Amino acid sequence: MSVNEIIQKNPTTQEIDASCRVPLLVLFGGAALWLGVGSVLALVASLTFHMPEKFGDCPWLTYGHVQPAADDALLYGFCIPAGLGVALWIFTRIGQTPLRGAIVPVVAAHLWHLGVLVGLVGIFVGDSTGFAWLEFPRGGSSLLFFAYLLLGLWALMNFAGRRESRLFPSHWFLIAALFWFPWIYSTANILIVGWPVRGVVQAIIAWWFGDNLVFVWTNLVGIGAAFYFLPKFTGRPLQTYYYALFAFWTLIIFGSMRGIPAGAPVPAWLPALSALNSLLLVVPVIAIAVIGWKTVCGVANQECKGGSFCMIKFGFVSFVLSALLLVATACPHFSRLTQFTWLGAAQTQLQLYGFFAITMFGAIYYILPRVVGIEFAFPKLIRVQHWFAMLGLVIFVVSLAVGGIEQGMKLNDPGVAFADVTKNALPFQRASTMGLLLLVIANLLFALNIFAMILAWKWSVAKSVFAAVTAPLEKSEVKA
Amino acid sequence: MKNGFVIFLAAFAVLASSWGAFVLAPQLQLGGAKQVSVLNSSDVYPLNRPGEANQGLRIYRANGCAACHTEQVQQAGFACDVVLTAAGKNPTVISNLISTLKLRGLNEREAEAAANKITTAGGKVETHIVATGPDISRGWGLRHSVAEDFLYDSPVQLGSIRVGPDLADVGARLPDMNWQLLHLYAPQNVVKDSAMPPFRYLFETKKIGDAPSRDALNLPKEFAPAAGYEVVPKAEAKQLVAYLLSLHTDVPLYDAPFTPPQVSTNAPANKQ
Repeated sequence: MSVNEIIQKNPTTQEIDASCRVPLLVLFGGAALWLGVGSVLALVASLTFHMPEKFGDCPWLTYGHVQPAADDALLYGFCIPAGLGVALWIFTRIGQTPLRGAIVPVVAAHLWHLGVLVGLVGIFVGDSTGFAWLEFPRGGSSLLFFAYLLLGLWALMNFAGRRESRLFPSHWFLIAALFWFPWIYSTANILIVGWPVRGVVQAIIAWWFGDNLVFVWTNLVGIGAAFYFLPKFTGRPLQTYYYALFAFWTLIIFGSMRGIPAGAPVPAWLPALSALNSLLLVVPVIAIAVIGWKTVCGVANQECKGGSFCMIKFGFVSFVLSALLLVATACPHFSRLTQFTWLGAAQTQLQLYGFFAITMFGAIYYILPRVVGIEFAFPKLIRVQHWFAMLGLVIFVVSLAVGGIEQGMKLNDPGVAFADVTKNALPFQRASTMGLLLLVIANLLFALNIFAMILAWKWSVAKSVFAAVTAPLEKSEVKA
Repeated sequence: MKNGFVIFLAAFAVLASSWGAFVLAPQLQLGGAKQVSVLNSSDVYPLNRPGEANQGLRIYRANGCAACHTEQVQQAGFACDVVLTAAGKNPTVISNLISTLKLRGLNEREAEAAANKITTAGGKVETHIVATGPDISRGWGLRHSVAEDFLYDSPVQLGSIRVGPDLADVGARLPDMNWQLLHLYAPQNVVKDSAMPPFRYLFETKKIGDAPSRDALNLPKEFAPAAGYEVVPKAEAKQLVAYLLSLHTDVPLYDAPFTPPQVSTNAPANKQ
């Protein structure tokens, strides 16, 4: 069927879903792989706190190599491609327009995952740039940038050519995210890595970038997706459009102008402005929480049972908690207590895994069977996976948050020797390893279902190709 | 769609102002920063790190040291110490007066009042500025870190978590190269219960030749290699230590003043 024919006739939902099949399989398949790799790396990094003396002969196993690699594998390997895939699908669905030229996003997705591979290898061989969330050396980051441009452009072209012209709140969030990343990623890579600016301006840009990626970008995509799925699951429209508009504006205004920690050795107006905007973040957080509450609560309870709806609800709650934690750590007194402690790591994990990754799990579990047309091979494992993910997350975040506050109180008391501060933090770090272990299991179960789906799809393609090749030729074809 | 265009333009404006505030403005303010003069001195600060230390910064970056160490000393505030420099004509009056006054850890006004009392009694005093806060009390530095400290660093490695101690002033705190090398090779050897992984791969264990190498590590039995072998730092280890030793922030600046201890204790005493 040619493109024009598709446009002329009203495409069915199945046709729209099918048009996204291959790009989404590549994006989600790679994402599932990196998710597993990232959590195993995080586990290895965490083992340093159980037996630090064991890692001295192999540079690849030291904390300074493994921990950044684990963080980047989660963020760049899983979160971004998963988010882009979900955004692409949402555009085609609400735009009522099948994806055209699917080969471009397929190539872009392969480039993206190649970029993550190159970047991770770069970190392990010591080519890290040394800035948090920006460790990938030039080769990896250029591939990522180029792949993102291709994917983003394709999503926008699908958006521009949509048949259903109404704009939905999800659109604003997702489109803003599509623009946000190339802007901040190119700025940071050019001004820090490519042609570095002098002195602490490097650190300022790195903090600005980290906040805009880890907080703003994930919120835009995660909340954009939740604003699409929650009304879908509850059968009730988003409550309400104007709350969403308000939340969108306040989120991007306050969210994007922060990130410089309180005591940083930079001109004082930067941390002050950051702290002010961080505190004001409470406004969009309350607005978004109200939207979620009004959209979900009171609706005749949908079947949840550890399925997509459950996960997206859980992600939503994690978002609120993570953002409130961020607001709390910006309060002047509390920030002095918690800066430089494990509480920051707990908040990041709550944001990236508790909110974003779990929202993406819910979305992917919903989307994949529809676009591929095959059910998951192990549907019961979905619920098991969700339980492991929730438990692991809670153990990890609570142990590091409590440990972080304890560490902060000790760090601020010069009467406690530093050796005692680190010694006191160890039990909490060791408890967080247990959480990571559960997360590894959850991630591997997720990957198992995704890989089984990809294999089943490949098998069905192979079967149909085989059938087409071996089928007896029809007379009309012989004639032609 | 018109609606969509407005939303797009406004979102663009928000992102542009975020960029302007956190990328452009700091660059305009700090991008042309130059060396500054050290307070009460003709010296300038900072000096470029020596070549080996700059190589060491690369090792620091490549090994992700900033995943555990910060380089930013925090400071809660200032305190003033009033120090008597000359007792004048009535030493007994002055010493009686001093025994009734609090002279350390004062705020500005208290320091001024105390100084006034002593000068009216005929003594001479100096007021010394001392930084305060937990980091300063831990001995991690004499003042808080400032932008100038990182003028010549690329990449700037501020770090964000203190799994290990702050290193902003480690060159002044632990200036012994051998200690640093031993610590890198086997942290638990010199700091009991250290959570730092050893960096043995920055060293090589080789057979002792005709004579032991000059820079072979002097290790206790527990960490020593087999008999007839010695542990020698590779170039990377030496560079990393050169970088650590180059981390000095013990210099008073206009935006982070303090009275350097050696000046405060020695100089007036010499005059007398």
